[in-house]
Amino acid sequence: MKRLTPYLLALPSWMWLAIFLVVPMVAMASVSLQTGNAIDGFAMTFSFSNYGDAIGRYSTQLLRSLLYGGLATVAMLVIGYPVAYWIAFKGGRRKAMYLFLLLLPFFVSFVLRTISWNFLLSDNGILLGTLKGWGLLPAEFHVLATTFAVVGGLTYNFLPFMILPIYVSLERVDPRVVEAAQDLYATRAAAFRRVVLPLSLPGVFAGVLMTFVPATADPINAAILGGTSNTMIGNIIQTEYLTNLDYPTASALSFTLMAVLLVGIFIYARALGTENVLEAAAR
Amino acid sequence: MRGSRLGDRLLHLYTWLIILWLSSPIAVMILFGFNDKRSKSNTTWQGFTLRWYAELFDIPDLTTALVNSLVIALVSTVITVVIGTMLGLALGRHRFRGKGVTNFFVFAAISTPELVMGASLLSLFVSGNVPRAAGTIVISHVLFSLAFVVVTVRARIVTLDPSLEEAARDLGATAWGTFRQVTLPAIMPGVLAGAMLAFALSIDDYVVTSFVNGSTVTFPLWIVGAVKTGIPAQVNVMGTLIFGIGVLIAIGNAVAARRRT
Amino acid sequence: MNPLMRGMTQPRTRRDVFRLAGYSAAGLAVAACGVQGQKAAPPKADAVADYWAKQKKNGKVVFANWPEYMPEDKGPLEKFKQDTGIAYEYKEVIQENAEFFGKADPVLRAGQSLGYDIVVMTNGIQLQHMIELGYVVPLDHAKLPNFQANAGQKYKERSYDPGNKYTVPYTSGVTGIAYNTEFVKDKITSIESLFDPKYKGRVGMMSDAQEIGNFGMIALGIDPEKSSEADWRKAGEKLKAQRDAGIVRKYYDQSYIDAVAKGDVWLTMAWSGDVFQRQLAGEPVEFVVPAEGGTIWTDNMLIPKNAANPVDALMLMDYLYQPAVAAELDEFIQYVTPVAAVRDLLREKAESAKGEDKKALEDMIDSPLMFPTEADYAKLRTYTTLTTQQEQVFNQIFQTITQA
Repeated sequence: MKRLTPYLLALPSWMWLAIFLVVPMVAMASVSLQTGNAIDGFAMTFSFSNYGDAIGRYSTQLLRSLLYGGLATVAMLVIGYPVAYWIAFKGGRRKAMYLFLLLLPFFVSFVLRTISWNFLLSDNGILLGTLKGWGLLPAEFHVLATTFAVVGGLTYNFLPFMILPIYVSLERVDPRVVEAAQDLYATRAAAFRRVVLPLSLPGVFAGVLMTFVPATADPINAAILGGTSNTMIGNIIQTEYLTNLDYPTASALSFTLMAVLLVGIFIYARALGTENVLEAAAR
Repeated sequence: MRGSRLGDRLLHLYTWLIILWLSSPIAVMILFGFNDKRSKSNTTWQGFTLRWYAELFDIPDLTTALVNSLVIALVSTVITVVIGTMLGLALGRHRFRGKGVTNFFVFAAISTPELVMGASLLSLFVSGNVPRAAGTIVISHVLFSLAFVVVTVRARIVTLDPSLEEAARDLGATAWGTFRQVTLPAIMPGVLAGAMLAFALSIDDYVVTSFVNGSTVTFPLWIVGAVKTGIPAQVNVMGTLIFGIGVLIAIGNAVAARRRT
Repeated sequence: MNPLMRGMTQPRTRRDVFRLAGYSAAGLAVAACGVQGQKAAPPKADAVADYWAKQKKNGKVVFANWPEYMPEDKGPLEKFKQDTGIAYEYKEVIQENAEFFGKADPVLRAGQSLGYDIVVMTNGIQLQHMIELGYVVPLDHAKLPNFQANAGQKYKERSYDPGNKYTVPYTSGVTGIAYNTEFVKDKITSIESLFDPKYKGRVGMMSDAQEIGNFGMIALGIDPEKSSEADWRKAGEKLKAQRDAGIVRKYYDQSYIDAVAKGDVWLTMAWSGDVFQRQLAGEPVEFVVPAEGGTIWTDNMLIPKNAANPVDALMLMDYLYQPAVAAELDEFIQYVTPVAAVRDLLREKAESAKGEDKKALEDMIDSPLMFPTEADYAKLRTYTTLTTQQEQVFNQIFQTITQA
């Protein structure tokens, strides 16, 4: 019975993933090797060159996505860790309240959030317009339609996905352990680095996984906040799929993206000092 | 903790600033729910009115969409949390065959672009002749939230000391009893965090839902469609109510926590 | 060969990109269809008549439309119900043409029904695909008397669907230039203003390949409807130069209207209906159809393949062409109606109305954005109609500019 436990626990999710994820993924893999067009039909030709062509055409957008996703992830980690830390150790009885408040804005449609950001960040709006009025910013200064806006948008939209897992692992750490560490080491910083940080690493790993991956694939922020050269790979996949009806290219790009992200996570896991990426994911 | 009280105060302030930052667009949304607008567009302030609150349910399709979204989000959150916690436990606590593959597909579920996921789910449903409706939306939402719950719960479980559960079992507790009285309370923060993420992912999803919805319309879908002619102010009011109810729950929770101790 | 006939007269055997792949993946590779065998026997000339002869009135109709495209009390549909006894279901399920097509394609490919009898789509690539793939039922014009009598001549001569074989217009809009009068002091009349270095970083262009491609061509004096690949490339170069010179701030979807109303961009490609709403809200935006020309787009009603109630659908389509019904719709939608008589009806209504209602109606009647002048109409072009091969070339030329 005990040997069976993990299998029974995993069974429902396995079924879900097998039917609704694995089957479509295999289908997608097959599509990515086909040639043709949507009107005359597609045929399986094992055209592995689809991958080469797609990557060749869109390498700029692919690399840019990784860069933006990476920058946003670092920003989220830097911004989010202290929040998770404070709620975990000092949130007291209100821990749940703080977490809920952090997540609440995301219960409301992204369309409304976007419209509001456009209102707030408009070139002559209540923020920039006021600062310009005071002469603190040049008239030409703008936030919307820039790289900064795209990375900022990604940071904003995925931040809770960084904070929550870090909080979840930190909350487990006994404050007395931290106190003892502070007695042991000379500075708070040293105590943090030697004791708290290692204990929170599973949460950091989970947070990075849950933010870097979707942020890199995200099409929405670049479309709304970007300028003329901020297109990300998610936008390309969308156009290839919905406008050009080029399903093979869209599928090939999705797999490429997935593979690149996997490699990225692997490198990151190695940097954390784990030998095997899947083991790392399991920690 | 000893030492810098000031540091803690600063961090407290910082946390509130982050909450404020995340909520700032919500403030704009709330404000424009009171806008006495005279055309379909709702982006310039034109005076204060409570009209949209009085006429909140005057757009039947919008009301239906909101109800659909809330029900779908609740149902898919419950399912996701139950099966996701189970898988998180299996991955965080046990060694078993297929663990590596499972990890891989959990990763794949996060990294599949939404559009591709939506389109392939639709093809699957069409070829299986499954009618697209609320049920298929729930299935899809569970699929993309599952990985987030699993990852969050697992991040909690691996920090736990297994000896506690062993002790409980040594004291004669059944497996279920151990789970209910020892494991579950210990992983509860992870489960709750996962539930909140799942709910947020579901209630705000547009892309995947737009493929698998059949003729069931959710709140985000209706709004995206309405952008073409101008979003009615009732949408802002409904957003305000969701947010307001959320704040009330948060406050209620904090008050209840104070009473308990 | 007529793709619709293909769809109606024989089972589709085309290799189905996702369905088949899905089957084999699931280990259900029973549906081993022949590959690309669809070019079989030609359709009978009277297939359309045959099809309609077999259909009968069922007493109900399901109408799929965009949100905010029907008054909240569903007045026109209620009247239709009273007059004809046909029950209706009205669903606001269409958000984007591309996504709607993406969703409809696998369903219609599999020979299933969308569950809708009328669908509204904008002319453009997706509508064209619908027609080419045989997803649209050709209309029986004998059953469209009101359309014949009341639709404006412009709406009967459209290059994307000559003779209204598959579609009739629901509502239209014009693509021109909008500018913010607080920042642009000159009166804009020419499309060249969009390429003027004076407005560096303050110009908005649309991201849609058809829209931006058309404007590039119009700027070069090319009529998009009659353009060739060489023309597209020239337009592409002009647009690329505009981009490289830093004149364009961003390639927008519909969010351009917010940007121009707030002054983030000073002038931009724009759709008439959006600008009209902003003017009603008192925002400082002007709309102009450039002297060189602009484009007109149309949202069209069509009956999708395998619809359960095509006769009832046709009756509803025609019903909406009664001037009084069209007026009620247009008063709510505030775009360009295909029914010319609407303006007079709204004028009559304005005369008997009072206060704010009267003012609103007068604003509508006087607005060239809802009722373009003859001179405006003369300048308007429709989108280019492209074959699949042409489309791939066309899209790539303009997407490399908008999605760099």
